[in-house]
Amino acid sequence: MSLSVAVRHRLGSLDLDVAFESAGGITAVFGASGCGKTSLVNVIAGLIRPNFARISVGDTVLVDTEHGIFMPAHRRRIGYVFQEARLFPHLTVEGNLAYGEWFTPKSQRYAARGPILELLGIGNLLKRRPRDLSGGEKQRVAIGRALLASPRLLLMDEPLASLDASRKAEIMPYLERLRDEVKIPIVYVSHSVAEVLRLASDVAVLAQGKLAAFGPAAEIAQRLDLVPAEEREEGGAIIDMKVASHDAEFGLTRLASAAGDIHVPGRIGPEGTPARVRIRARDVMLALAEPTHISALNVLRGTVAAISPADAYSVNVRLDCGGAAVVARITRHSAAALKLAPGTPAFAVVKAVSVSGPAAEPR
Amino acid sequence: MTLFSLTPEEWEAVRLSLKVASVAMVASLPVGIAVAWLLARREFWGKSLLNGVVHLPLVMPPVVTGYLLLLTFGTKGPIGSFLAQFGIIFAFRWTGAALACAVMGFPLMVRAIRLSIEAVDTRLEAASSTLGANALWVFFTVTLPLTIPGIIAGMILCFAKAMGEFGATITFVSNIPGETQTLPTAIYTLTQVPGGDAGALKLTAISIAISLGALLISEILARRAVQRIAA
Repeated sequence: MSLSVAVRHRLGSLDLDVAFESAGGITAVFGASGCGKTSLVNVIAGLIRPNFARISVGDTVLVDTEHGIFMPAHRRRIGYVFQEARLFPHLTVEGNLAYGEWFTPKSQRYAARGPILELLGIGNLLKRRPRDLSGGEKQRVAIGRALLASPRLLLMDEPLASLDASRKAEIMPYLERLRDEVKIPIVYVSHSVAEVLRLASDVAVLAQGKLAAFGPAAEIAQRLDLVPAEEREEGGAIIDMKVASHDAEFGLTRLASAAGDIHVPGRIGPEGTPARVRIRARDVMLALAEPTHISALNVLRGTVAAISPADAYSVNVRLDCGGAAVVARITRHSAAALKLAPGTPAFAVVKAVSVSGPAAEPR
Repeated sequence: MTLFSLTPEEWEAVRLSLKVASVAMVASLPVGIAVAWLLARREFWGKSLLNGVVHLPLVMPPVVTGYLLLLTFGTKGPIGSFLAQFGIIFAFRWTGAALACAVMGFPLMVRAIRLSIEAVDTRLEAASSTLGANALWVFFTVTLPLTIPGIIAGMILCFAKAMGEFGATITFVSNIPGETQTLPTAIYTLTQVPGGDAGALKLTAISIAISLGALLISEILARRAVQRIAA
């Protein structure tokens, strides 16, 4: 289902002016704190009445100020996962899960409890109270509560921001399964490059309330200029691949795509499972001849598509590998020594251990 | 005569006091919750005025409140004469005592509930509305359950105030044994007659016991409620 958003709204000193269309999947709204991300999702949810907006999900118009349409929040059927979970403290986990389900008209319910409990791994928490849950468990219950209301659209406002690194790692696989199994559009707000590039199909980059860029995640990923300085190290390329084979002896998974094969550590899903890998620009080495006798397992063949300056000492080289892009951050010195220019054939070398893939199955 | 043998008149005063205070507490509760919610959650023209009117009985001399009640709810008063057509009479009836007690206890009840509603996280209410609850459902499924400790506190404050109410009651409905003579007015009467000291002392002891008991019950209930909703 498609999602169409156009919003203009003044909130304090912030002028929100954003418009984008997404065909479905996860649309990440990315930007620094205070750029208007949360305000934007609150407008979509109906918690803020905007000065101007036209928002629709599929054929359903949620708000159209020009035609005087404003559907109140409780009738929008939008699942909203808040940063702080916001579970009802006076209800058990089961009560929280049943809450949204109960308000959804029977004819509109599509979410079944069993699969959702299983998807999120919360079946054993039903009798507990929210105060007895860990941060990660709370967030999973909150996701379950939103899904069980059979929403048209799922909004997730930095669902991992309040969690520490190990809790984030605990939830991430659930979010990936959610993306692959839930067929409704998801708007995912985040200021973390790693989260956005791992999950999103489209990315909307916000800066001071304005849309700085919008496009498929693979394209936005290469725009290292859009990434805030402190997270620039996380920038690079993402390639959507499929599991091709497993190497049981060494515990590796071989992923395949038009770009070539990439090996990642750990066992990931059965053959054919979609798997997105992220290759940070700073982890990629370039060679003019196919390197042999090296420890790096992944060598991708391509041609230089573009070279852009990164900072005073380095450049970003975008390599076109069978349609997919790989970005390498190398020194200006190396670029000059290799005489790199658009059209130069080159090999990208990436260590298997520096590729960020989907979470591997526990051993 | 032992401490716990009461004359029929004294029993009647105890029974009447409990009835008047309970009715005052229960009858003013829905209005109290509604007013507390309005003051806590809504902005409207005349909000300060409503707030002032609610608090007036707290700051005015009780005799003045009682006299105003007599003027409006008396048989010749505008509201009293209107209600009399339907057989609802307050003046010099126990119902009038309950009304006086409710009015006097109302500000205390509203204050406690209002504070409690203000403490409810509006973000939970927003979450509830995104899950499909309209304003009324949000109130009954989220705001109200989370306000229960404040409601218990407000009810007990109102009850205690009603048990001790003297000035407004005696002005509005007088001091008629068996009809409007509550514990405080009965104690007052006993202290005015020779040999009434023993009776006054007994009723005083009972009054203290009831107040302490009410306080204890509210503590237990409130603690349970807080435990249930603690985040």
